[in-house]
Amino acid sequence: MNFEYPATNAVTQRAHVGVVGSGDLEVLLEPSPRDFASVQVCTSVDGYGTVWKAVLDRFFAKYSIKSRIEINDFGATPGMVALRLEQALERSKT
Amino acid sequence: MTNATSPQALAPHLFGISFIELNARERARSLMDEGSFEELLGPFDRMKSPWLPAQGVVPQSDDGVVIARGAIDGCCTVVIAIEGMFQGGSIGEVSGTKIACALDLAYQDNEAGHRTYAVLLLETGGVRLQEANLGLAVIAEIQSSIIALRRHTPVVGVIAGMVGCFGGMAISAALCSHLIATREARLGLNGPEVIEQEAGVEEFDSTDRRLIWSTTGGAQRYETGFIDQLVKDDVAAIRTAVRIAFQQSLSAKNRTAEIDKYLAFLARVNPTERLDASVVRNLWKGA
Repeated sequence: MNFEYPATNAVTQRAHVGVVGSGDLEVLLEPSPRDFASVQVCTSVDGYGTVWKAVLDRFFAKYSIKSRIEINDFGATPGMVALRLEQALERSKT
Repeated sequence: MTNATSPQALAPHLFGISFIELNARERARSLMDEGSFEELLGPFDRMKSPWLPAQGVVPQSDDGVVIARGAIDGCCTVVIAIEGMFQGGSIGEVSGTKIACALDLAYQDNEAGHRTYAVLLLETGGVRLQEANLGLAVIAEIQSSIIALRRHTPVVGVIAGMVGCFGGMAISAALCSHLIATREARLGLNGPEVIEQEAGVEEFDSTDRRLIWSTTGGAQRYETGFIDQLVKDDVAAIRTAVRIAFQQSLSAKNRTAEIDKYLAFLARVNPTERLDASVVRNLWKGA
């Protein structure tokens, strides 16, 4: 699955968080020079496209970051996905 | 700061940091001197398994192995950490090649006169079944790399848990110059479920935790000569154990060279009898 959002804020550093383990996911966040955020999701669970879109819509409404994000998911809940995204963003600032 | 009457000094066991609860990258970082951690082929290099997506399995960007170069107590070291949470720490073509190549680079360093130690953080069920023969072949590579390297420098294995170390990687563990384990760790060729499936529940009940740990658990393996240091699940304790292992003399005989000792041990075992943990410990003491 691929998603794209217009974005305005720059990210300084790349960040990696999480593990592709049961109920978890890994997030790779990289700065992008373009005015977009692009997200590529690889997941073990089919049929939750609308839930992914809802989680990502909310994240990018809050943080409009010019970035390239890759997600490898192993059945994480929407709450877990949101936390890992926030964690990746936090780590990209340190 | 801690002083003699601080809570940390009075009850240090309550204030340790669990090693088991750390992921592979955090484990590697926790053992190395501050600021010295440098990862080779990290997540952003995206050296993933090409075989897992083809079988509908989600890959991980580092294929579940972290290779870190840095220092432990000022000693140049490569730490190889397997992520037990990803596919049970299984060894595939990419993850296994990363391990073997890291050991070979350490070998080249030592050959060139630069002492480089190697630490393997083993958390693995063995070969990754989805990658079959490629996984098996690369485990053989890992084993020859350990044997080559241990002539130059101690190759230290750490089995912390909770996955443990099984299959071909249990053989790799046995080839290490020095093995460290916690009580939570397990070391064995076949895991409990495989034994039950192959030999029946009368032979081995894979739901019986007491049976499992009294057979393959860290404490039992320590008491029967498979493990050199039994440590508690604590970052500082494991760091200390690794430092002790680094001091080991290279002239010390490797476990796999102690053929007579192990043959004598095996000769004392009566396979028609059911052995419990204490009987095996006594047999080992007499060997």
